[in-house]
Amino acid sequence: MIPLEPAGSSTPLERAGSSTLQLLVHEPGFLTTVQDLGREGCERFGVPVSGVMDRLALMVANALVGNPPGAAGLEFSLLGPVLEAAPAGRTSGSGNGCLVAAAGRGFRLEIGGRAIPLWMAAWARSGEVIALRAAGSGWGCLAVGGGIDVPPVMGSRSTYLRGGFGGLEGRTLQAGDVLEIGTAAGRYELAGRELLDELRPAYSDHPLIDVVLGPQAEAFTEAGLAALLSGEYTLTPACDRMGFRLSGPQIGHQKEADILSEGIPLGAVQVPGDGQPIVLMADRQTTGGYTKIAVVASASLPLLVQCPPGGGSVHFRAVSVGEAQAKWRRALWTRSSIG
Amino acid sequence: MFPTFSPCGDSAILVTFGSTIDLATNRRAHTLARLLQARPTGPAKNSGIREAVAGYTTLLVHYDPLVLDYAQALEWVQERAEEARQAGVAEDPAALGGNDILPAPRRVEVPVIYGGEGGPDLEFVARHNGLTPEEVVRRHSARDYPVYLIGFTPGFPYLAGLDERIAAPRLSSPRQVAPAGSVGIAGQQTGIYPVDSPGGWRLIGWTPLKLFDPQRLPASLLAPGDVVRFLKKENG
Repeated sequence: MIPLEPAGSSTPLERAGSSTLQLLVHEPGFLTTVQDLGREGCERFGVPVSGVMDRLALMVANALVGNPPGAAGLEFSLLGPVLEAAPAGRTSGSGNGCLVAAAGRGFRLEIGGRAIPLWMAAWARSGEVIALRAAGSGWGCLAVGGGIDVPPVMGSRSTYLRGGFGGLEGRTLQAGDVLEIGTAAGRYELAGRELLDELRPAYSDHPLIDVVLGPQAEAFTEAGLAALLSGEYTLTPACDRMGFRLSGPQIGHQKEADILSEGIPLGAVQVPGDGQPIVLMADRQTTGGYTKIAVVASASLPLLVQCPPGGGSVHFRAVSVGEAQAKWRRALWTRSSIG
Repeated sequence: MFPTFSPCGDSAILVTFGSTIDLATNRRAHTLARLLQARPTGPAKNSGIREAVAGYTTLLVHYDPLVLDYAQALEWVQERAEEARQAGVAEDPAALGGNDILPAPRRVEVPVIYGGEGGPDLEFVARHNGLTPEEVVRRHSARDYPVYLIGFTPGFPYLAGLDERIAAPRLSSPRQVAPAGSVGIAGQQTGIYPVDSPGGWRLIGWTPLKLFDPQRLPASLLAPGDVVRFLKKENG
């Protein structure tokens, strides 16, 4: 498997020690939280999964810096954070540093004033400013070699803002916060690795989104199903970590829009009585009582997540479970060492 | 014929055991959930099962499509469902006993201070049903309520089987905040708010028990399949 380009020709100028490293938060950005791949195993207690919105972006960023796919990183939207790596105790300029990689959409990365492409591992020396600058709409994430080390809550470091737990004290970052970095932060030799251009996600303002129909597709009229699969659905401004409200051709029900409350998977397309779909995202509640006409395929979720609210639009296409799974496996196996 | 199995996206299977709210149907879902959860070190296939979430009449089984494809996951879940079917379940909804797989329900006593500041709607519920507040309290604390599922917010139990003589409609406009610990009635359901949340239920009392604490293990006081009994507690 050759998932990533080999490191560039630059020779290591310095090597990180084993000393613990911290990220100092100079500017928090907007909605910047610690996220991993989510809190599994507690949904039956009503605990939302949470986790990063663009799962592929975090997995790739983690692979680039040599982390396991589910290591915790930072997620941000609209306005990125400005950070600085420093050895524990705030002594600066000791020559240590950390490996970082940014991925996703809507941001540019600068380290010590140098522009670094997304989808590339880069070395940030202690004292250098790591800035995520806004460049359009989207969700960005930053992986750090060693991972962000906050105490896991129920097995995960993901922040659940509504519940006020996980991540850093259950909240968004604030200026002056200090984030601990896990050990093994200093694999300098990985700097320069990047994801091949042709493997970068085809983010678009108007993506085609694969869905698996059901489990309540039969609750809808034929015209309703046809509307979903032929119409254009725009993303309303009401899109957040809990769900994306779309607007487009009415999706009619046979009879009722309500069902007895049952579990809801990531990407569920639920349609309340008004006939307008809502796609459920990372912070969705665990159970719900609206009919689900379809569920977005795992491989398409990053494209929907990164489609801009208030301007972007999507079309839906029905695929089989087998097709959806094959696509997701391919997406992961070609981009990272997962599996 | 129940149970039915349908794909729910590319990473989950929805198992449906019936179409009406009743205890026997709900317990079938809990029985299968237990079979899927109880074997962390079982055969390799089981490692692909991530989580099983009960609804009133369903179980949503999440699996890892990198470990199991749909056919493999389906076969595994169907085999466990057959095991669960053979274990049976009490057909009498009043019988709360378990079966070979599901242990007898845990009975959790919830002390409640009825009325007063923590139960501002007790008077309304009494008036609405032509009863005295004391009679509402007596009836509310006179029976066991099975936890059908937990959802809505972390730790929120869906309890069914309310005495219909104390049923009450929701508020026409929900409260901004129903404080954590509030015990409410909505239609024929009763429930407890684990965390401060907006809510339209009629609040008849308050419990000092912490239903949800993320730092506690387990974080949720109640689990699906438990049985709740409210105990009248005097203020102070």
